Amino acid sequence: MALSILHRVTGCALSVGLLLFVYWLVAAATGHDAYDTAHAFFAHPLVRVLLIGFSFAFFYHLLNGVRHMTWDTGHGLERKAARLSGWIVFLGAIATTALFWVLILRYAGGAA
Amino acid sequence: MSLRSPIGRVLGLGAAKEGVSHWWSQRVTSVALLFLGLWFVASLLRMPTFGYEFVVAWIAAPLNAVLLLLLIATLVYHSQLGVQVVVEDYVHHHGLKIATMMLLTFAHVAVAALAIFAVLRIAFGGAG
Repeated sequence: MALSILHRVTGCALSVGLLLFVYWLVAAATGHDAYDTAHAFFAHPLVRVLLIGFSFAFFYHLLNGVRHMTWDTGHGLERKAARLSGWIVFLGAIATTALFWVLILRYAGGAA
Repeated sequence: MSLRSPIGRVLGLGAAKEGVSHWWSQRVTSVALLFLGLWFVASLLRMPTFGYEFVVAWIAAPLNAVLLLLLIATLVYHSQLGVQVVVEDYVHHHGLKIATMMLLTFAHVAVAALAIFAVLRIAFGGAG
């Protein structure tokens, strides 16, 4: 599967996404007003779409990272196994992202 | 027959030079991030609200503050190692490569300093 480049793409995306995580922390450290501004920013529909993208990048990079480290041990390198694990990682990342957002919006802080 | 010098063999030095330690650091931070990342995701899912009071109190809790500091440090280091490989692979002009790497290193250190200061300020009660 031609998805190996996706590990790099998601990695680079997450390096950029790190800035949003830091913005959240700095806003919380700055005070109530700054935090409310950040809170409204993260609730904006366009930013939400961006956050969904970053969360997919996170779960894909995490799952594919486990796949890479399994390869490092010498296992799962055969073409058939690698192709199968590639699909598991890709579909698993989509499923995990969907589950994460359902839980956040239904039961966790995103509902408020 | 090995072409490596005896001292090189003893020190574990090959053509890769510091490449092995880069590779290993990438793996160590990966494993750490597997746990720290899942901890953070689980923490987000357990937050009843993302409102100011709750989030600040959550960050200020000692265990959360320390795990956040570890998460930040590991994320930034892992990111730095990762983008280094990308720059080495895609930026071919020597001077531009060095300049890009230096800029990215500055950015990573600045991001780490900001995030760590933010967590410490909240943890030690200086926020708000």
